[in-house]
Amino acid sequence: MSLANTRNLSEVKVDEATQIRREKRNNAIRKWLTVGIFLLPGMLVFIVFVLSPIAQTAVYSFYDWDGLGPLTNYQEFKNYERLFEHSAFIKSVQNTLVIMVLSLVIQLPIALMIALLVARGQLPGRKFFRAMLFIPYVFSEVITAIIWLYVLHPKDGLVNTVFTSLVPGYQNVAWTSDPNVILYSVFAVLVWKYFGFYMILYMASIQGVPKDLEEAARMDGAGEIGVLRYVTIPLIGPTIRLTIYLSVLGAIQQFVIVQILTTGGGINNSGSVIGTYLYKYGLQRFKLGYGSSIAVVLFLFTFVFSILYQRFVMSRDYQDD
Amino acid sequence: MLRITLVRSSLLILRYVILGFLCIIVISPVMTAFLGSVRTTNEFLSRPFGFPEGAWNFEFYLDILRSNSFWRFMGNSLIITSFTMVLNVVLACMLAFAFSRLRFRGRTFAFNVLSFGLLFPLTVAILPIFIQIRQFGLIDSYWGVILPLVAFGLPQSTIILRSFFIAIPNELEDAAYVDGCTTFGFFRYILLPMARPAITAVAVIQIIGAWNEYFLPILVLNKDVYWPLPLGIMQFQGQFGTDWSRVMAYVTLLIIPAIIFYVFAEKYIVTGLTGGELKG
Repeated sequence: MSLANTRNLSEVKVDEATQIRREKRNNAIRKWLTVGIFLLPGMLVFIVFVLSPIAQTAVYSFYDWDGLGPLTNYQEFKNYERLFEHSAFIKSVQNTLVIMVLSLVIQLPIALMIALLVARGQLPGRKFFRAMLFIPYVFSEVITAIIWLYVLHPKDGLVNTVFTSLVPGYQNVAWTSDPNVILYSVFAVLVWKYFGFYMILYMASIQGVPKDLEEAARMDGAGEIGVLRYVTIPLIGPTIRLTIYLSVLGAIQQFVIVQILTTGGGINNSGSVIGTYLYKYGLQRFKLGYGSSIAVVLFLFTFVFSILYQRFVMSRDYQDD
Repeated sequence: MLRITLVRSSLLILRYVILGFLCIIVISPVMTAFLGSVRTTNEFLSRPFGFPEGAWNFEFYLDILRSNSFWRFMGNSLIITSFTMVLNVVLACMLAFAFSRLRFRGRTFAFNVLSFGLLFPLTVAILPIFIQIRQFGLIDSYWGVILPLVAFGLPQSTIILRSFFIAIPNELEDAAYVDGCTTFGFFRYILLPMARPAITAVAVIQIIGAWNEYFLPILVLNKDVYWPLPLGIMQFQGQFGTDWSRVMAYVTLLIIPAIIFYVFAEKYIVTGLTGGELKG
């Protein structure tokens, strides 16, 4: 720029200035062309298949609509009112919250303990254990649900068989239909499928903890628990905060496993979660306007949670970005 | 000294015991499925677990493998998975390049818009997607499954690739341009080859997601000629109580390729999920 300017001022004729300007403009065009070629195809697919459908849902949620024909039956906020008055929806939200809380207080600590067990110190066969424990991650949700439907079979499923032989006087439990246990069965299956994912994230983080810091703490007389409590765990804090975030979002998203395991939500919605509720009352009955209002509530919750969590909890972990 | 060694080795043994127990918990449902599939339905009813008493019965496997529908499901799965993976990886590489190497106004904004997509996983957004797919007339078309899968995978793939692209030193880029390399040339012949492990990781994660997807195809593909493998289980619907062995044979047939794939791809899955932090 400055070079071009000085030249302009000192020696040169007018047409050279225009030529430079033209060159600059050509460069700018070329630059934007390059940007466009790289950016547009992906952004277009993303906007058409992610953003625009989501934006449209907000509109549909104010109508009574079976998905066919034009939107005519404007409902104001009636879909939302109906939603929050529907006991099945309240129950599904409660169940989703139970799964969410259990994931935070049981699944994540289990995953962390196992990661500590596998990742630290000398452990011949570490890779083997990591691979074995992580394997359910590659199984599809359908396969997972069907295998567990079989393992939790009320009459002679594996779980009942094992308990019968271990516990005297054990009565078979209908794990996937008894309203008192159904939600915990769902949770157990979710743990089986997903703890390996969190374990992998923790393991990566634990390996990044400098060995000499832990050694120094030991030199100062800290016991193994003290080393974990004051050195290792604080240092993997960012990963713990990330997994809490992923775990909360993951709990909201559950559908396929719950749907198959509880055959669509279970007796009196005892095993219903937001995902299965949306499917049953929105999609299956073609109440697309009503279903859209469920989707909007879900979006709003996810969105507000993400903003708040990233703003107040995770912000300190990403200062460089 | 001896005491310390004793304590150390007994701790190690304790770790092995706990980990061994955990592995059994993880694997036993899968083993149960397999053992359930190699017995006859009669034996299954009388004695559902443990190794079969008589000869192992592979009749259900042969039945399934001889049926046309199984191979058709397989073909559909391969089509959907490969198109989804290729499209996703190509588009994500281009986006990640723009977001890491090109400078332009609105870059941060565009990247934030894309990252916003992470908040809306496919399951949550399924209803709007379904409506959109129907408006485009893509019901009963592979594209109705492929395009949403590609789109919903883009934020994650792009973010993973971008972090790898950023890590490639700027000096390399400058040197390439000094040597007369074009932007496209740098992308194609220098950046992409260098980021191959990250690209493989992204591809592997997309393959797993597309291969396992159940919810989207069940809504979009009404005719069973288009069904991928996970939907094939529905052909046993209504037979659940009575024909578990057949279902378990089908399940085992789906698990075997998944495990083989896992053995080869585990390294890349881990790289992708942890941003390359976890070493073996």
